[in-house]
Amino acid sequence: MFHLALKMLMGDRAKYIMLVGGLTFSALLMTQQTAVFQGLLSWTTSHLRNMRAPLWVVEAHVDYANETKPLRDTDVNRVRSVKGVDFAVPMYQGILKARAFDGSDKQVMIIGLHGATLFGRPPQMLAGNLETLRLPNTVVIDELGVQRLSAGRKKPIGLGDTFEINDREARVVGICRTERHFFGYPYVFTSYDQALQYAPRQRKMLSLILASPRPGVTPAEAARRISAETGLKAYTSDEFAKVTVAYIWKNTGIPMSFMTTIILGFIVGVAVSGQTFYSFVLENLRHLGALKAMGASTWTLARMLLLQAFTAGFIGYGMGVGITAAFGFAVLPGGQPPFVLEAASLIRTAVAIVIICFFAALLGIRKVAKLEPAVVFRG
Amino acid sequence: MKSEIKPAVTVSGVTKSFGSGDSRTVALKGTDFGTDEGELHLVVGPSGCGKTTLLSVVAGTLKWDAGDIEVLGTKLNGLSPAEITAFRGRHIGFIFQQFNLIPTLSCVENVSVPLLLNGAKRAAAEKKAAELLALVGLADKGRKRPTELSGGQQQRVAIARALSHEPRLLICDEPTSALDSETGHQIMDLLSTAARSPGRCVIIVTHDPRIYGYADRITAMEDGRLKHVLSGDPLKQFVQSHR
Ligand SMILES: Nc1ncnc2c1ncn2[C@@H]1O[C@H](COP(=O)(O)OP(=O)(O)OP(=O)(O)O)[C@@H](O)[C@H]1O
Ligand SMILES: [Mg+2]
Repeated sequence: MFHLALKMLMGDRAKYIMLVGGLTFSALLMTQQTAVFQGLLSWTTSHLRNMRAPLWVVEAHVDYANETKPLRDTDVNRVRSVKGVDFAVPMYQGILKARAFDGSDKQVMIIGLHGATLFGRPPQMLAGNLETLRLPNTVVIDELGVQRLSAGRKKPIGLGDTFEINDREARVVGICRTERHFFGYPYVFTSYDQALQYAPRQRKMLSLILASPRPGVTPAEAARRISAETGLKAYTSDEFAKVTVAYIWKNTGIPMSFMTTIILGFIVGVAVSGQTFYSFVLENLRHLGALKAMGASTWTLARMLLLQAFTAGFIGYGMGVGITAAFGFAVLPGGQPPFVLEAASLIRTAVAIVIICFFAALLGIRKVAKLEPAVVFRG
Repeated sequence: MKSEIKPAVTVSGVTKSFGSGDSRTVALKGTDFGTDEGELHLVVGPSGCGKTTLLSVVAGTLKWDAGDIEVLGTKLNGLSPAEITAFRGRHIGFIFQQFNLIPTLSCVENVSVPLLLNGAKRAAAEKKAAELLALVGLADKGRKRPTELSGGQQQRVAIARALSHEPRLLICDEPTSALDSETGHQIMDLLSTAARSPGRCVIIVTHDPRIYGYADRITAMEDGRLKHVLSGDPLKQFVQSHR
């Protein structure tokens, strides 16, 4: 009997396409928006992954990873003197104006790394040598930097080329690969001392302190001690990431707007699929009545409807997730928009589709349960 | 050859009303009705007199208010709705005025439905369905959809479907009224052959005087009650008078 249920479903082309289309759209909206949202969240902590420091020490009122409140120079030594800290280095981070070859200004994220150790160095060098940063007026830029600062050049900016940061010369000695910063600025790495030259003078120039725990001391324990002894706020990399994501959730409209779209996807799924399936059932009511007259129990008919709804759901889910994945493959190389597709999100979408299909089938089952088979005698 | 005549359907004092209050209609007002095995039994009467309602309660597709119904030796009164559904699936075949074939299924698939509902495997059901289609003269139409056939062909598919699981009681509501006279006779030939097989019985509600000649018995209804039953010579005279 169940193969006939499927034929009945697919035989009604228009409704079938509408039903699968609604479910596809719904699954697509839910997974794709979740993936972009997750991608965006991952951008909020990309800074942490670019620096790869076990401990981050920041001013006590800093709420998340992309916020900077300057510290006193002496704070580095205070952190170094905490028991359990192996080493601690100063870091400068700030958004400065760089002038491209064609004279246009580009905002860049300047990172001043501790000269002796270059701790917090970018994850991957593509060209040049990071150690060269110890020479004056040198910088290492990332691929986005190459893209932005090449404006007006015949050839993309490369090793040995120069540009200006706040009217001071910056010579490119390396190209690196980074994860894109949340704010979308290119990274320009330089030494801490050099960064202070580029940046406008202020009373306090130290942005944060990167540190590492002594062997045998967990980062969490070291962070706790630093916070307790210095009055600064110390985070492990993981904690800082969590705090950052939590901050975004609490203080920005971003999760809300994504949630709205995702919920909308669900509602569209329920509305379109429920409505289409229900009208499919209504249109077939006469035939379902005939089946009932011929001895099909309500339970048999219910299972037929469930099979029909879930088949459409399965296909719609596959297509929606497939299109999302195709979208992902298309945008991932460009890195825009952000895209992180997690198994958990696929499962959540699957659950949502199951709920939608169940709801749609239930509407039909209610109708069929109340159906008097005698309707078939009426003309 | 003499065989004992056994009752196939006995309806006694059945009442049935629809709606309530001002819109209440009493369709059956203590109706009696009976038919025997081996019979082709016509039910006639003016529109709205309760013929379809009577068929529906005999088939167990409609709950009735009072009275007793016995079908093929089983009292329907004592059965639960699920038991009635199962009983119907096993023992009753249906033929409707509007054919009620499922348009998205092929003819073979349509005919196989009662077999599948009775637990047959798909391959066996479709084989049997094809045989039945051949029996009603549609051997080459099995893969076609009902909508590709003429009305008479569709009704023949419906007969094949109604006979596929070898039900003992065949219930037909105006099976010929959507068909022309010629096709109507083909359909009635098939139905009267079916009625003659042992242990079987065919009840047909009709407005169509052209088919009165096929009847072994005619029950006339009026206003929710049995008016009279004709068989034997009075039936012959009645048929003559409607020629
Ligand atoms: N589901 C229903 N709800 C309300 N009234 C109904 C229903 N079914 C039948 N009736 C009423 O019951 C009465 C008998 O109807 P029924 O369909 O049995 O007549 P019939 O003899 O088959 O008529 P026809 O020859 O026109 O088919 C009619 O007055 C009809 O309006
Ligand atoms: Mg009627």
